[in-house]
Amino acid sequence: MLYQDTVDSEVLVHRPWFVASIFAAVLAVSLMFNLSGTAFGDLMRPVIGDPLQSGIYGRVAIAFVIAVMFCVNIVLIGFAPLRVQIGIVWAELLLLFLGFFNAFNLNMPFIWEHLPYLITQGVVTTIYVSAVSLIFASIIAMIAAIAKLSSNGFAYALASFYTSFFRGLPLLIQIYLIYLGLPQLGIVINAVPSGILALSLCVGAYMTEIFRAGIQSIDRGQWEASRSIGFGFGLTIRKIILPQALPVIIPPMGNTFIAMLKDSSLVSVLGVWELTFLARTIGQPTFHHMEMLITAAMIYWILSACLEVLQSRLEHHFARSKVR
Amino acid sequence: MTATDIDHLIGLNGGDSSMATGNVRRIPVSSQALSGQKQVPMSADKIIEATHVSKWYGSFRALTDVNLTVRKGERIVICGPSGSGKSTLIRCFNRLEANQEGEIRVNGMLLHNKMRNVTEVRKNVGMVFQHFNLFPHMTVLMNCMAGPMWIKGVPEAQAKQTALKYLERVRIPEQANKYPVQLSGGQQQRVAIARSLCMEPAVMLFDEPTSALDPEMVSEVLETMTSLARDGMTMVCVTHEMGFARAVADRIIFMDKGRIVEEANPNDFFTNPHHERTRLFLSQILSH
Repeated sequence: MLYQDTVDSEVLVHRPWFVASIFAAVLAVSLMFNLSGTAFGDLMRPVIGDPLQSGIYGRVAIAFVIAVMFCVNIVLIGFAPLRVQIGIVWAELLLLFLGFFNAFNLNMPFIWEHLPYLITQGVVTTIYVSAVSLIFASIIAMIAAIAKLSSNGFAYALASFYTSFFRGLPLLIQIYLIYLGLPQLGIVINAVPSGILALSLCVGAYMTEIFRAGIQSIDRGQWEASRSIGFGFGLTIRKIILPQALPVIIPPMGNTFIAMLKDSSLVSVLGVWELTFLARTIGQPTFHHMEMLITAAMIYWILSACLEVLQSRLEHHFARSKVR
Repeated sequence: MTATDIDHLIGLNGGDSSMATGNVRRIPVSSQALSGQKQVPMSADKIIEATHVSKWYGSFRALTDVNLTVRKGERIVICGPSGSGKSTLIRCFNRLEANQEGEIRVNGMLLHNKMRNVTEVRKNVGMVFQHFNLFPHMTVLMNCMAGPMWIKGVPEAQAKQTALKYLERVRIPEQANKYPVQLSGGQQQRVAIARSLCMEPAVMLFDEPTSALDPEMVSEVLETMTSLARDGMTMVCVTHEMGFARAVADRIIFMDKGRIVEEANPNDFFTNPHHERTRLFLSQILSH
């Protein structure tokens, strides 16, 4: 939450000038497009007659009704309590979104036919690749972060070279280098392991910086207290520093994990049968590109949303020692 | 400022002061023979023995040839102006700071830069910090149990018993299941004392334990420390609480610019300070 002032002010969407300007804006935008040919125009048939014959009158009437509906909507939402407001706006945006996709005239039976396979093969592979990379990346990042904070020049140089290199190269090129480059040295790695390797190394480099910042955010006094009790370095890091750093680390970690989930689609260039690869290969032969791409997009979105929920749960969990 | 002025300011009565002047025992300080001068019988064990300790921060000399011996059961108060090296000195005793010259022996063990050795020493040295440094993600009880459980391998039930015993000792057993942020400053500092006591250390170091507290909470922490002292705990306290020093200390050590300037028993220290710098310091902190 932002800082909430104690001074009450009138709700913005209940101020006449604001509602008026929103009304004008929506009216203007609706007038710019000719909406008489849409389903909405068809709904207006009792008032404007045949939408396609209604001309300028129909166009203005449709725009006017849309603007009125929009304004009534925001004014009413203004009365609701916070949680209800959030819920309504989410639901409305979702409806609009579905309506938008609906306009593509998607072949729904085609989607339903291929969805099970997309999930059992594609989603499972995507989750497998992401989850394994996530574990490896976390391990790499933890080690590299400690190395970067250590006073050992060798360790610092190794870790900073690693982060610099893997943050500086495009993930796609890393994937190619590992899959195509390593075999030239006699090391042949299958597509899935090389995808996991590339993802782990790349995401690990980003996470190194997150871990480092988290560890550094802890007050020096905590180290001193821990060490003066007699805890060794490992115990201090594990039991004292990391648990306190986690609340700082989790939001950027959530970011990285979500980014990685989606970056795992780059592994499709190696022919791994994950979500993006399947969406493209199933859609292509019958020119149902949009059906499959939109389905894949929705699945990615749902997976990311799960991670978002997980992140907010964790944040909530670690906030408990801060309650007064 | 005369001795009587100071008596007046710190509320010494006449009888006390005449008794004090009866057995003046000033110790000439900054001589290396200091460790040879004893107030406690030879037979007492030396808990801390610092000889010729010097320390530099870069080119700044923080400690200069400090000699100090703390025997079992002794209560030492270290005072001095800010930046005089008093905190640095006691932080050297459990090697939160490293001294570049001289030797420090704690419980007979020579402190050097071997990790195992330092950890061994730290287990025997309790430290209480100015800013408490409790672990905010653990309950009060867990703060106290962590040390014995994770280092000494004490079983959980027994660690809990010990923790509750010492929380009782600092008189806050009812806060055991709260988190540190839910406690007042004075309570937090008492938990910090209990946390150190749980390790059953041979000596307790206090680094300005009341400096970060509200005036109202100073007394509760000082009472806890006084009762510890009464029970015979070996203590080294860096503090500006002169009332506490007078009531509890066996010796008061005055430091300035990284040197021990004066070392005396409380009566002598307050009634008849030997060194000009000590007099100036006393007049400044006792006259407001």
